[in-house]
Amino acid sequence: MLTTQLLYALAGCVIVALGLRGALLHPSLLQRVMAINVMGAGVFMLLIAVAYRGPGLAPDPVPHALVLTGIVVAVSATALALALARRLHAQQDDD
Amino acid sequence: MNTASLLVFDGLLLLSIVGLAWASLATTDVRRSVILFMAFGLVLAVAWGRLLAPDVALAEAAIGAGLSGALLLAAALRQPRPLPPESTPPPRNHGTAGVGVVLRWAVTLLCTALAGTLAWALLHVFSSTPHDMLPGAISANLAASGVSNPVTALLLNFRAYDTLLELAVLLTAVLGIFTLGQANPGYQPAGPVFDGLVRWLVPVLILTAGYLLWVGAHAPGGAFQAGAMLAAAGVVLRLAGQSRIGLPQGFMLRLVMAAGVGLFLLVGFTLLILGRPFLGYPPAWAGTLILMIETAAMLSIATTLVLAFLGGRPEATGVKAAANRQCEQIPRC
Repeated sequence: MLTTQLLYALAGCVIVALGLRGALLHPSLLQRVMAINVMGAGVFMLLIAVAYRGPGLAPDPVPHALVLTGIVVAVSATALALALARRLHAQQDDD
Repeated sequence: MNTASLLVFDGLLLLSIVGLAWASLATTDVRRSVILFMAFGLVLAVAWGRLLAPDVALAEAAIGAGLSGALLLAAALRQPRPLPPESTPPPRNHGTAGVGVVLRWAVTLLCTALAGTLAWALLHVFSSTPHDMLPGAISANLAASGVSNPVTALLLNFRAYDTLLELAVLLTAVLGIFTLGQANPGYQPAGPVFDGLVRWLVPVLILTAGYLLWVGAHAPGGAFQAGAMLAAAGVVLRLAGQSRIGLPQGFMLRLVMAAGVGLFLLVGFTLLILGRPFLGYPPAWAGTLILMIETAAMLSIATTLVLAFLGGRPEATGVKAAANRQCEQIPRC
């Protein structure tokens, strides 16, 4: 087991927890969306840490491809969430 | 660099990443929060570089920090600024405040427990010896994939199915955004200095996109990074106050949006008819097919991301569009 791998994986766990707490507790809708993004970043960090094989060794490309896919899906989900939030605000203003 | 100094670097990097994530979610000022989130994404890209994941680092810097940041910042600017602390209304009665504090602590405790469980599970995974069967299989078949960058080989050949579905997710998201209404109003025309910068920046971004698309076959890069670069050109043009940002209109727009999924499916079904498995490219053609699919995917991704930044259906021009607009102003037209 590598120290680097462990360090980054543990930081990933902390970021996941921070993001989840923010997503559950934040009063602002926008910041909840951001918190979910932070949580996703934590998951990405776990995956990239698992892929790491040490200095000078080629890392496992499978988690890299997964994370790449994840980043693109996350941004499209964020955009949809923001559009929904905007519509929600517009309807609340109408009432 | 020796191990000790690298360890110090790792420690500082992780401290700043966790610190930025915490700071971004701790503040109640939404704009400050978004800026800190963008900084978080950029430092994260450094971490991906450190863990030898340059493909992911490029995507994170361009999409995770750049475009997500632009989306969030545009949304934050539409919200009214929060009131200064002294003018906020006093907290509600003690009963609800008490429940709020209890809930807060309970959630915090649960999240800590989750992090602990996750860490424990990971320690368990790391302590067993890794059986690297998958990376071995990838490097053994890399020569037949048509590209030499293992991440591109995975995304466009070995796991092409996943990428096809990912493009479908993107298309679904943008269709969802379309149903929610018109695009955000544009920005004021930019001043001469920014306008001059845009004239230089946009061609460079388009050129970079082409380079990243081409180089993705054998080095870090590919359709996603290239699409993000093209989308960045669109966002910059939009910020400069241009209403036409290079997007086609009407049927052509829909065609470009669906081009990635469409070409992917066309190639897949053609191969099926020719008696090969779905998306099982013949090795001699693999490189060409991957480049074609990646080009279509890049255009679709860029269009999707720009439309996401617009936040709705782009305003159409022309007679029919004007009639539609009038229609929307009159209820039940």
